[in-house]
Amino acid sequence: MDDIFGIPAPLLFGQLLLGLINGAFYAMLSLGLAVIFGLLNIVNMAHGAQFMMGAFAAWMLLAWGGIGYWWALLLAPIIVGITGVILEKLFISRLYKLDHLYGLLLTFGLALIIEGVFRNEFGSSGLPYRIPPELSGAWDLGFMFMPVYRGWVVVAALILCLTTWLVIEKTRLGAYLRAATENAALVQAFGVNVPRMVTLTYGAGVALAAVGGVLAAPIYSVNPQMGSNLIIVVFAVVVIGGMGSILGSILTGFALGIVEGLTKVFWPEASATVIFVIMAIVLLARPAGLFGRA
Amino acid sequence: MTLTRRGFVAASVGTTLMPALPRLARAQAANTIRIGVLNDQSGSYRDISGPYGIQCTHQAVQEFGNKGFNVEVVTADHQNKPDVGANIARQWYDQGVDLIIDVPTSSVGLAVNNVAREKNKPYINTGSATSDLTGAQCTPVTIAWMYDTYMLAKSTGGAMVKAGGDSWYFITADYAFGHALERDTTGFIKAAGGKVLGSVKYPFPATSDFSSFLLQAKSSRAKVIGLANAGADTVNSIKQAAEFGLMKGGVKLAALLMFIPDVHALGLETAQGLVLTESFYWDLNDRTRAVTERLKPRLKDVKPNMASIANYSCTLHYLKAVADMGVAAAKGSGVDVVNRMKAMPTDDDAFGPGKIREDGRKLCPSYLFEVKTPAESKAPWDYYKLLQTTPAEEAFRPLNEGGCNLVKS
Repeated sequence: MDDIFGIPAPLLFGQLLLGLINGAFYAMLSLGLAVIFGLLNIVNMAHGAQFMMGAFAAWMLLAWGGIGYWWALLLAPIIVGITGVILEKLFISRLYKLDHLYGLLLTFGLALIIEGVFRNEFGSSGLPYRIPPELSGAWDLGFMFMPVYRGWVVVAALILCLTTWLVIEKTRLGAYLRAATENAALVQAFGVNVPRMVTLTYGAGVALAAVGGVLAAPIYSVNPQMGSNLIIVVFAVVVIGGMGSILGSILTGFALGIVEGLTKVFWPEASATVIFVIMAIVLLARPAGLFGRA
Repeated sequence: MTLTRRGFVAASVGTTLMPALPRLARAQAANTIRIGVLNDQSGSYRDISGPYGIQCTHQAVQEFGNKGFNVEVVTADHQNKPDVGANIARQWYDQGVDLIIDVPTSSVGLAVNNVAREKNKPYINTGSATSDLTGAQCTPVTIAWMYDTYMLAKSTGGAMVKAGGDSWYFITADYAFGHALERDTTGFIKAAGGKVLGSVKYPFPATSDFSSFLLQAKSSRAKVIGLANAGADTVNSIKQAAEFGLMKGGVKLAALLMFIPDVHALGLETAQGLVLTESFYWDLNDRTRAVTERLKPRLKDVKPNMASIANYSCTLHYLKAVADMGVAAAKGSGVDVVNRMKAMPTDDDAFGPGKIREDGRKLCPSYLFEVKTPAESKAPWDYYKLLQTTPAEEAFRPLNEGGCNLVKS
């Protein structure tokens, strides 16, 4: 068996693949954050909680409504997205004129409340959610046993990320959005309803988090704190990629997933820290992030 | 901006406690015993005790009734952080709390242990598994009421080796508990002629994806993967091991510390066939069924497990000791109360008759269970088949092997 740095090659390939899968979650979540920050200037600390709500929505649809995975993939983001729209209308829209810190504190508080409510209702040990039968089973890749579902997660994440990027960079709607971030008053003068567009953007960003949650439900146990472990890492991803950079957050998400996967082999104890070390280095060298414009 | 969620919550605990404590101090009457339940109410160990452990404590107070003094229960969330736990313990003891119980998460359990020793106040730990509480770090005011890593290692680990699982790989939570559990299990594996092929220590509590570690374990070709973790981590490990087809490939999982709410969270489809150790099962005998029935109005749809119901058991015993020696004497010295508790035999519906050893270890039998298949289970929470019983005298580390300085050789 060939060894690379003292690690058997098959094991290393397996870890790279797993890193890519985790990276898919980082990319999906940081994408939503980047969209919200880029267009609303809000640091959405509730993103982890909204990811968790996506998973819970999938569970509720199945347990209470008998609605399966595929419909949940469509319905859960819509439901959670609507809650996002309500939050934006009620609270967040009042903060646009203030410093970033207020938005951060508000969404952070909302995240604690949402998680607390779910914990009171459902406990902390989690709820089971089965992998849909079409995606159960596994492929034997020779060097590792690859569950079909994890492959699907990577594909779904890639499709979602590319679509979002295309919508924002290549369509007329995306052009409006980008223009509104540059100069909202001018865009409004052209007859575009900017406040409504901003509200819907927040809803869409939240829906992205919820899709991530539905995809995560069969892999991780559906529990109230599933988002809070992830959110801090995802923020580091956004900062490394460059705040507000859509492409930056996608690429950084996948890349850091791989870096983390490799750390889990060479120095497992440091696997929770490595992303923050990278963040510190990147901030020293390029304060605007790898893909950000200073 | 270095504001993290956990950091923020930790900082706010101090502020939320402040208004409560002066009131508590003012109301302090010489004739009131205060019991502080300190546990995880928001993290991965919440469902093991948390609000259920608090309810079990209230149940004990209710059943004890009024024997000439009042009993109050106060509670707090230590968030699995040693500094938060130690600070709350210090404030409580300073401001009139007479006993602290529960305290899961070994790192927190050991931190509170030092505070209790310093303040000469009784401390009954029902939630931390580290065997050091009755070993190198034992104190004259500490009682370890429930499981410890030695007992778990002996029961689950010993049984797995006997069944042919002679090569092991550990997936270990990187803190006091995981280390102690790996160490104690390794001892039993080696004593039985097995070997440990390797181990991986993952960051606690920041890990939710275990697939990487499971893959490393699999590539070691060990027959048994030892999960030296607990709570949501164990649930995620088992779920992902099933996803990656480890069990189908013939690898056995040893969930070294697992509770019935974890089985409930996994669902029998995934959990069936797992072997685990608890000291309590609600459907074990008439007495356990009776106490579970009495707890029903408080716990609703949830069944107690060995950790949550240990709060019931230890609170009852402590209150008996207080009634026996008088409130003033009990408040006077932690060492005296604990010595009185050690001198009295324990008996309750949850664990039956038992006793507390001089090193602070409460003795009770340990039971090896196998999780039922979905077909065998007739109702929710009907989960366990009893495989083997280890009597109280043999379940724990022998008195002279712990290195506790209270033990006179």
